[in-house]
Amino acid sequence: MSVKLDAKIPSGPLEKKWEKRRFEMKLVNPANKRKYTVIVVGTGLAGSSAAASLAELGYRVKCFCFQDSPRRAHSIAAQGGINAAKNYQNDGDSVFRLFYDTVKGGDFRAREANVYRLAELSVNIIDQCVAQGVPFAREYGGYLANRSFGGAQVSRTFYARGQTGQQLLLGAYQALSRQIGLGAVQMHPRTEMLDLVVVGGQARGIVTRHLVTGKIECHVSDAVVLATGGYGNVFYLSTNAKGCNVSATYRAYKRGAAFANPCYTQIHPTCIPISGDYQSKLTLMSESLRNDGRVWVSKKKGDTRPPDQISEEERDYYLERKYPSFGNLAPRDISSRAAKEACDDGRGVGPGGRGVYLDFADAIRRLGENVIRERYGNLFDMYERITGENPYKVPMRIYPAVHYTMGGLWVDYDLMSTIPGLFVLGEANFSDHGANRLGASALMQGLADGYFIIPYTIGDYLAGTKLPKADAGHAEFKKVHSEVEERIRRLLSVKGKRSVDSFHRELGHLLWEHCGMTRSEKGLAKALELIPELREAFWKDVSVLGGGDEFNTALEKAGRVADFLEFAELLCTDARLRKESCGGHFREEHQTADGEAERDDASFCHVSAWEYAGEGKAPILNKEPLVFENVHLAQRSYK
Amino acid sequence: MEARPIERTSSASLCRLLCSSIGSKALVALTGLALFGFVLGHLAGNLQIFAGQETFNAYAHWIKSKPALLWGTRLGLLAVLAVHLGVSVRLARRNRAARPVPYAFQNTVQATSASLTMVWSGLAILAFVIYHLLHFTVGAVSPAEFGRTDPLGRPDAYTMVVLGFRHPAIALIYAIGMFCLAMHLSHAIQSVFQTFGLNHPRCMPLVRRAGFAAGFLIAAAYVSIPAAVLAGIVTLPPGVSP
Amino acid sequence: MSENKRLNLTLHIWRQKNAADPGRLATYRVQGVSVHMSFLEMLDVLNEQLTAQGEEPVAFDHDCREGICGMCSLTVNGIPHGPQRGTTVCQLHMRHFADGQEITIEPWRAKAFPVVRDLVVDRSAFDRIIQAGGFVSVNTGGSPDGNALPVPKKDAEAAMDAAACIGCGACVAACKNASAMLFVAAKISHLAKLPQGQPERRERALAMVAAMDQEGFGFCSNQYECEAVCPKEISVRTIAVMNRDTLRAGLGGA
Repeated sequence: MSVKLDAKIPSGPLEKKWEKRRFEMKLVNPANKRKYTVIVVGTGLAGSSAAASLAELGYRVKCFCFQDSPRRAHSIAAQGGINAAKNYQNDGDSVFRLFYDTVKGGDFRAREANVYRLAELSVNIIDQCVAQGVPFAREYGGYLANRSFGGAQVSRTFYARGQTGQQLLLGAYQALSRQIGLGAVQMHPRTEMLDLVVVGGQARGIVTRHLVTGKIECHVSDAVVLATGGYGNVFYLSTNAKGCNVSATYRAYKRGAAFANPCYTQIHPTCIPISGDYQSKLTLMSESLRNDGRVWVSKKKGDTRPPDQISEEERDYYLERKYPSFGNLAPRDISSRAAKEACDDGRGVGPGGRGVYLDFADAIRRLGENVIRERYGNLFDMYERITGENPYKVPMRIYPAVHYTMGGLWVDYDLMSTIPGLFVLGEANFSDHGANRLGASALMQGLADGYFIIPYTIGDYLAGTKLPKADAGHAEFKKVHSEVEERIRRLLSVKGKRSVDSFHRELGHLLWEHCGMTRSEKGLAKALELIPELREAFWKDVSVLGGGDEFNTALEKAGRVADFLEFAELLCTDARLRKESCGGHFREEHQTADGEAERDDASFCHVSAWEYAGEGKAPILNKEPLVFENVHLAQRSYK
Repeated sequence: MEARPIERTSSASLCRLLCSSIGSKALVALTGLALFGFVLGHLAGNLQIFAGQETFNAYAHWIKSKPALLWGTRLGLLAVLAVHLGVSVRLARRNRAARPVPYAFQNTVQATSASLTMVWSGLAILAFVIYHLLHFTVGAVSPAEFGRTDPLGRPDAYTMVVLGFRHPAIALIYAIGMFCLAMHLSHAIQSVFQTFGLNHPRCMPLVRRAGFAAGFLIAAAYVSIPAAVLAGIVTLPPGVSP
Repeated sequence: MSENKRLNLTLHIWRQKNAADPGRLATYRVQGVSVHMSFLEMLDVLNEQLTAQGEEPVAFDHDCREGICGMCSLTVNGIPHGPQRGTTVCQLHMRHFADGQEITIEPWRAKAFPVVRDLVVDRSAFDRIIQAGGFVSVNTGGSPDGNALPVPKKDAEAAMDAAACIGCGACVAACKNASAMLFVAAKISHLAKLPQGQPERRERALAMVAAMDQEGFGFCSNQYECEAVCPKEISVRTIAVMNRDTLRAGLGGA
């Protein structure tokens, strides 16, 4: 069996597609909306905005998050900003330019129609957030301020100090809270989705575990919206929050939703380097720092002199040298690889030689320390708190780290997965960023999906679909419920010696080594050999103490790591099969003479959507060809 | 979804406000302010002792000759005190109930000792006021010094005060009472500003310092009377023997 | 990078199986703690140690570990988030502790924040306060252009100062009265500083204060411990704004 990938992209010119689609959509009568129940899993930007907007329309919404409050999802950690094609700066921006930059930034591996719609909606997002009271940065005249971000030559990024994600999320959280207060949304915090229930080919609900009481429950609905974020934590060390996981999307995959491009993972160039093997996460330093910071290493290998003793002539400002037109603002994938190259060359700085300098000395000389403090004060403070070094005096040390995952569940233009009634939003889907995401685009996508796309497309689905009555007593719900219980029982009954974290750490090492910033046939083959072994060891020797009917953090983690251990194989399989380099996916065998990524449009200009084939069986690859009618496929150049 | 605004409170009576946390705080501040007014007025009267027997007794006599004013003020103050005390105690009990399990390791970062002891300094002031009334208003502490008249036949308040403060123990009680008042006021004055929402970044540090200084200055002014008696600066009128 | 010192520590940690259990302090020793570890990484090490011994790990809330989600909530030697000012406990690093030190780790203590397990508490009271009015009543769509309504830079900055609240609850934990006023005031001030927040300004203050009072928090007595421990250093000036707005609204003033 093979799923049919119909992207349902509307016909007609690019700039008319969304308008056309919206007009064609069936509508649900206002009085009938309250007859439909929609489940929203996840309360990040996409989930909160979707839940709030759907409730405002009149749908009955049940919303779930594993954190203690919907305000804590990891969107909150986004620092730098959100893009919008407002062209307030009069610097040549437009919807088309944002669209073009995003498609090019994604190395021509995203769907044109989706990206164009994203660029179109970007302007509405800013308006909506301002109306909610998001305190964006302002100019002295009281108008909205902008900054520049990587991969763009216009200034289109809106920001709220270094806490843009937080402020946007609080805006959405407040909108959601208003609906909870009105009784339109039933909120379930500290509740983790453990499986999806598909009845008669339609997504009709989920099975959850309450993390405090351990109670396993079925929740029935007419449609399910997953906004559960990315899978970066498969690498153990990433900039993601500790709780971020692949379980919701991976469970949906195992129930029939195709998983697209899992190998597209983004490595962010500016993170604080690892300080020891106890490291539990990596902390991002916003890309906005590259507006004023200059990246360099010594020209000499193994140079251990302190930075102030290395003279200007002895320094290699490698990004400025290699990419003169974008300089320090080269896109993330390119900057990351350049840092790795410098370190592999023995020119890295700091303990272990895995770091490069991000130096503000020039900017401080030019603008004064106060201006730099005003722009990045909170980031500098954070750096000092973590490293104990003062970045006003000593250059920051940075190194790339896993940050975002462009891959995710496959969705059509309406954001519906291959399971009817299962919608996927934000980082959890694959749709808009291709093989590499530009800075300040994740917030834009999450909110576009939640505020402005799902409220339309879900209505079309509900109005046009016959939904037989289903309840928690249905055989399928009972079956999934008992499967979930059985899995928890299995995890608890291993009673091995090793902690869950030790397995997760090992998996992370393995993936970073063989499927990290650069990938090769040999490394991937090795990874695909090691992962099943590790998985087997996990099920033999994992230690999950305590019971299933209580607050049990080890059990929560064990379930997530078990999924990561399966998903990692899918990720490597996809990476192995994509024999080209594009965006964040860099295959050593496929590079240009000067070490840049070399795409193979003839063979790989498609989305790889993987279909679950059953336990122990190789997943089935389905391809959605990518058609570019409005941009010319070129080798991405930032020189 | 039909839009429903944040719950309107058109029915919110003053009572509801006053029962709320912020209303209660305002009530404490407002009554505190009235009591503070009394503290100032009383001080102004008391300091007349430095002008001698004649002035002081005349002042005391003037007050006593206006029973309506005197009793009006007394009852008013009593009511204000009752509200101040009652609401504060209610708040303190609620505050205590808000943390049923205390920290095993207690620590404080920046709270002043005055702010941490408001309830205790307040209760100590109450005890002091009762003692003070017994001493100079009822005459229960040393009846022998009470009820004298001066050469003009007026009650000799001046002599009573001087005789009273000649006992170092009594003077000490007054000094302790005034120290409690100083502590209480030093936190209370700046609190009034905060509670009424008057906290400007430039003015507030000044208000805090001024409040602290005012509290101790007022107490010092009060204490100056027994101190002056003990130091022999304020002496018994000629011809009066203890 | 400073030297790689190692610490041996004695930890007194609150253990409580569930809400019904009375709980107790348990003492553990951890050795060889790198000064570059974060406080939570030090607890990870302890938990690895406990798991290896067959003892259930210490439960504590944490998520982003970069000081923004507001999930982490430990009282370290009597100070919420520990000794470093303006820092969540997830960003507190062990270089602030001395070799041989004893550290007492307790959950937030407040009636309104019942303990769920060990160091984890239930802060849903905060969500209910926001649900009562901590928002601008605007539906998705139909908003005017973002630049239609200029906001003076000064006001936007002041709003942002207050909006930086991460809802961690340290203010409640530090307050001698377990009062939530800094949290509530931060949201009230954030919206009160912006033109978008004006139409509902008075009702918002009344509704949020009423919701706060219902949750069983104590009342502010202006000691400002909240401000001292707030990881985002939110000023108690916000409380003055809340007091003023609530009093005006309650007195029926415009």
